[in-house]
Amino acid sequence: MSASAATSAAPPAPLDIRGDFPVLARRIDGRPLVYLDSAATSQKPESVIAAIDDYYRHHNANIHRGVYTLAQEATEMFEGARARVAAFCGGVADTTIFTRNATEAINLVAYAWGREHIGRGDVVLITQMEHHSNIVPWQMLCQEVGAQLRYLDVGDDGALSLGQLDSELAGGRVKLCAFAHISNVLGTINPVAEMASRVRAAGAVSLVDGSQAVPQLPVDVGVIDADFYAWTGHKALGPTGIGVLHGRRELLERMRPFLGGGDMIRTVDWETSTWNDLPWKFEAGTSMVAEGVGLGAAIDYLAALGMENVRAHERELTRYALVRLGEVGGVRVIGPVGADERGGVISFEVEGIHPHDVADLINRENVCVRAGHHCAMPLMRRLGVPATARASLGPYNDRSDVDALVAALLKARDVFEIG
Amino acid sequence: MSAVDDLYRDYILDHYKRPRNFGELDPHDLDAHDHNPLCGDEMGVHIRVSDERIADLRFHGQGCAISQAAASIASEEYIGMPVREVADLDGEWLIDLLGIPISATRRKCALLNLKVMRGAITGDASWPSGSG
Repeated sequence: MSASAATSAAPPAPLDIRGDFPVLARRIDGRPLVYLDSAATSQKPESVIAAIDDYYRHHNANIHRGVYTLAQEATEMFEGARARVAAFCGGVADTTIFTRNATEAINLVAYAWGREHIGRGDVVLITQMEHHSNIVPWQMLCQEVGAQLRYLDVGDDGALSLGQLDSELAGGRVKLCAFAHISNVLGTINPVAEMASRVRAAGAVSLVDGSQAVPQLPVDVGVIDADFYAWTGHKALGPTGIGVLHGRRELLERMRPFLGGGDMIRTVDWETSTWNDLPWKFEAGTSMVAEGVGLGAAIDYLAALGMENVRAHERELTRYALVRLGEVGGVRVIGPVGADERGGVISFEVEGIHPHDVADLINRENVCVRAGHHCAMPLMRRLGVPATARASLGPYNDRSDVDALVAALLKARDVFEIG
Repeated sequence: MSAVDDLYRDYILDHYKRPRNFGELDPHDLDAHDHNPLCGDEMGVHIRVSDERIADLRFHGQGCAISQAAASIASEEYIGMPVREVADLDGEWLIDLLGIPISATRRKCALLNLKVMRGAITGDASWPSGSG
């Protein structure tokens, strides 16, 4: 089924789009690939690969100032992609900033907003379930300005407590609160709109890391109404090297630039410069044009599928995976119990087999999962585990992938003579 | 019934499940602790030295079958060896000793124990640099 044909699917039938992803046709040692690592990076549909190829083959030029036809085409393709990416997430083009990835988007806020507004004695509040990309920039900021970094706890159910958020905010020292929309380890879907609203009511600024959410859920940054919403293209079927920061206009306008260089200026004199309009004020240097075009094709593909359909597909597959994994003796799933409370990210332990060995053993069946701390070492400490194995879903996965994972886990237990 | 596997041979799994010289040793003369940040494996050693030879040792920590079995198998070789000789052992010595095909991604697992041993003796935790 093509992406466009899926739009008429109502009520949502399982997506059947594997054929759109060239790499999924690959066989290793004669057997198919079972790709369950989409939380690390997604695979790319033919349309994204073709868009990047077409850009370089027929339109490549530097953007924004060229008057010749090719440069105009490249500019229109890049800015057109920005407009569609913005609309896909409920935003508008001039407050949708392209960055290298979500990490750079978060660092942009930490440098350009944080270093101006956060000082000695202030609090930056984050959560125990953050990816290192939403921890380390705040650690660096706090150490530099003498602010305090505080954490919201992760409960045994894998959830945050709004009550604890309220009591932290009531302390009156929180200047910024940053949290993931979906945990890349637990799969927990956080109530980000509610959290952002409480943060604003307390006079603080909110930042949501939407890296796992944009590929999995309908995301409307207008409804969530956080001050900043960051995500990355390569987890959302797009290429590497491009991320997105949606920002609140009043904040972006008042912020100083992040990086200095070409494109982000209006005028440059011997001593001083003036800044370009939004969003270009935050986009120094030649942009990642092909990557922008590729990301545009990726969100076109997702929009044609319908993000409601993607969510329904992955929720049903997650439900199925939780049931099937429960049938494998010794498997303990970490995170929320129900598929309604979680995205398609399933971390688990296998009793008696280290996660690294689990990943190595099931790789013999071409099952691709990740083992380790998933760039969330503080969360591993909170969970009391050195590492986990993690299977994560994309819209191209189906029940056969889950069945292959379960069969491979049973074989792994055989090798270790368990059960 | 157990399946046959090139990497997870019977003796590897045996050393993983029933590690030799596992635990702590007090008092001890040398010790070190290190970890493999990529996979969360961590390992420490306590070494007792007598006449410039390793008289006894215990290792402890947690990690994958490869890192734990490597530590267990090597521990039986270390005891009785001159301390200086252990500090000069290289990665190939340990990988030959293991007798299993170690891929590039598992090399750090296999060598963690030797890294900690060398660190305890020389005080230099930088070995192996790069890919080891």
